[in-house]
Amino acid sequence: MMFAVTILAVLVTMALALIRSLKGPSVYDRILAVNTFGTLTVVLISVHGFMTGRPEFLDLALVYALINFIGTIAVTKYVTFSDMGHGGERDEKGDI
Amino acid sequence: MALLFDILSWGALISGCILCLIGGWGMIRLPDMYTRMHGASIIDTLGIGLILVGLMFQAGLTLITAKLVLILIFVFFTSPTATHALARAALNGGLKPEVLDEGIRLPIDPLNSDDVAVADTASKEDEPSKI
Repeated sequence: MMFAVTILAVLVTMALALIRSLKGPSVYDRILAVNTFGTLTVVLISVHGFMTGRPEFLDLALVYALINFIGTIAVTKYVTFSDMGHGGERDEKGDI
Repeated sequence: MALLFDILSWGALISGCILCLIGGWGMIRLPDMYTRMHGASIIDTLGIGLILVGLMFQAGLTLITAKLVLILIFVFFTSPTATHALARAALNGGLKPEVLDEGIRLPIDPLNSDDVAVADTASKEDEPSKI
């Protein structure tokens, strides 16, 4: 019961993030919304594993968290420099 | 003891759900990208943190709790990193903050740069910023 309530709230929040990613004025809004969507997917996988009595789903959630972070950084870098392998000599503080 | 853990788990899960919904509503309603980042940060830290703590109370002291702690630590470190990189990329790309207090200097100033992206919005600088 309580897992179902949690899943419902997480799904509603995912829908709100999806709305923002669809109507976001700038590309950075979309990246932010997709990052939030991925983080909420991690929670959704975890809670679903508990609800169905199979907590092995936590391994999938951990891998999803890793991929989500790397994907967000990669898309941010691609949008900024139009190049995944940019060296970062644009300013002295780093690339992104 | 089990009842106590159930009550704590309920409290953490419901608080996490409410904070997630507040953060999602903030992502819809807040005026520009930098303030929307605040709503996303609520979801990323306290929202899913409380939900995972509630799951930990359900799991007890097992390997499952260790995995939940790993997810929690990982998200706590990577989510501010991603948000910081995104804010820096947005400032570099010339996205202008709509809500900016007087006298605050940005580390990268898109308002006074010569970028084409901000040149067309420069005429609105004299208007009082709307909240």
